[in-house]
Amino acid sequence: MVRPDRGVGIVGWGVYIPVHRIRAEELARAWGRDWKRFAAGVFVEEKSLPGLDEDTFTIAYEAAKNALRRARIDPKSVRAVYVGTESKPYAVKPTSTMLIEALDLGERSTTGADFEFACKAGTEALEATIGLVGSGMIDYGLVIGADTAQGAPGDPLEYTAASGGAALVIGPVENSIAEIVASHSFVTDTPDFWRRKLVKYPAHTKAFTGVPAYFRHITTAARALMDELGTNPGDYDYAVFHQPNGKFPLRVGKMLGFPKEKILPGLITPKIGNTYSGSSLVGLSAVLDVAKPGQKILVASFGSGAGSDAFHIEVLDGIEEAQALAPRVSDYVNWKRYVDYAIYARNRRMYKMPNDMGAY
Amino acid sequence: MWSVKASVPSLWREAPSRYRLEATECVECGARHYPPREICPRCGSKNLRRVRLPESGKVISFTHVRAPLRGFEYYTPLTLAIIELDDGTRILGQLTDVDPEDVVEGMRVSAVIRIVRVSGETGVVSYALKFRPEMPTGDR
Ligand SMILES: [Zn+2]
Repeated sequence: MVRPDRGVGIVGWGVYIPVHRIRAEELARAWGRDWKRFAAGVFVEEKSLPGLDEDTFTIAYEAAKNALRRARIDPKSVRAVYVGTESKPYAVKPTSTMLIEALDLGERSTTGADFEFACKAGTEALEATIGLVGSGMIDYGLVIGADTAQGAPGDPLEYTAASGGAALVIGPVENSIAEIVASHSFVTDTPDFWRRKLVKYPAHTKAFTGVPAYFRHITTAARALMDELGTNPGDYDYAVFHQPNGKFPLRVGKMLGFPKEKILPGLITPKIGNTYSGSSLVGLSAVLDVAKPGQKILVASFGSGAGSDAFHIEVLDGIEEAQALAPRVSDYVNWKRYVDYAIYARNRRMYKMPNDMGAY
Repeated sequence: MWSVKASVPSLWREAPSRYRLEATECVECGARHYPPREICPRCGSKNLRRVRLPESGKVISFTHVRAPLRGFEYYTPLTLAIIELDDGTRILGQLTDVDPEDVVEGMRVSAVIRIVRVSGETGVVSYALKFRPEMPTGDR
């Protein structure tokens, strides 16, 4: 377990989920699958996808803007901007500097970088920012987890790989709406999911993704954190886990001793799919949207490759006022327009275009 | 015809107006100009200062472009609109996240950063603020 020298907390939070959705049934239709047999088991009814003009930068920008609205700080005081993603617009060129410019952050005296750790890049960026704020090196940092996740056409991952992101403004606990009391990370070299250089879609080993990857890492990180803090599941009002589908978070919660009532408020994947680096932070944001002072939240991310970051968070006074200052996760979940597979493929840039028509 | 490749220096130079709606305001007559100008087109003054325009407003008029310039085909149809921002400044902008048949005069819109186009497989991605319908929110 690690904890910062000075108290660190969440000053503002915000999400962005594109308005476009495709139903699991439509994905199955395109590839001649029986949806009920093939995909209903993952409990994702529909998933979000980017608009023609959206990517991880534009998603990160809107999530960050919502987080800054709730934080009510001078954007010039943000001295670190870290973006966790596995779908950077550029292979080489930081997304973070684009955000710093577009949001006019930190008078450019700002450290910025993109983090990659499959689905837990966002909480990895959070851990680094807690260190900078907790050591007193900076007062405010902006953390983002955002993705336009790739699933190969026809692959089981196509039913869950979605688009969206969440942002947190991290700062001193005195100005926070929730304290991040402590965290614990657990990582191993586990080849459950990867994407090689210049390859468009990831590969995964079905047998490895469950027990040795997701369940082992989350339970190890969460148990170690609770053991060292002397807490147990009964002490928490909410538990948020990485959500690659609608099923795993409930099952890992059961293994740890959390009833589903504590998990459902932060379980968003069944409605929008898995937003990868955004996933656990979108779940946390949905909980912060409704949380009350004094409540306790356990968050455990998971990233393939593999590892989990677990956080103990305590909600503080002032959160209710902040809740109303930006759109909630539920607002984005409910604002949607359906597309068919042809438009899905166009928005996801799956067609090989004949020449330069402005596409990726 | 415009060149297919975006000009990197001009994208870089225009970032403050493309990303943050930075405009110029005439200190003499108060007129606001977007994109920013060197000389006030209304009174000829060179005494201008930088201001950030409000990021919401309403659609005054619009047109759907179904045969766009080369390099923009992927985004067809493009909806271009004259938008009156909440300070009264009128600017030309592109609408997004709305079907052409749903665009109406007077609709409320707010600014969001979006891809304008991408210059081939190896070029830069051009971004700018576009406008989308204001999102309905639940109990607020
Ligand atoms: Zn003038």
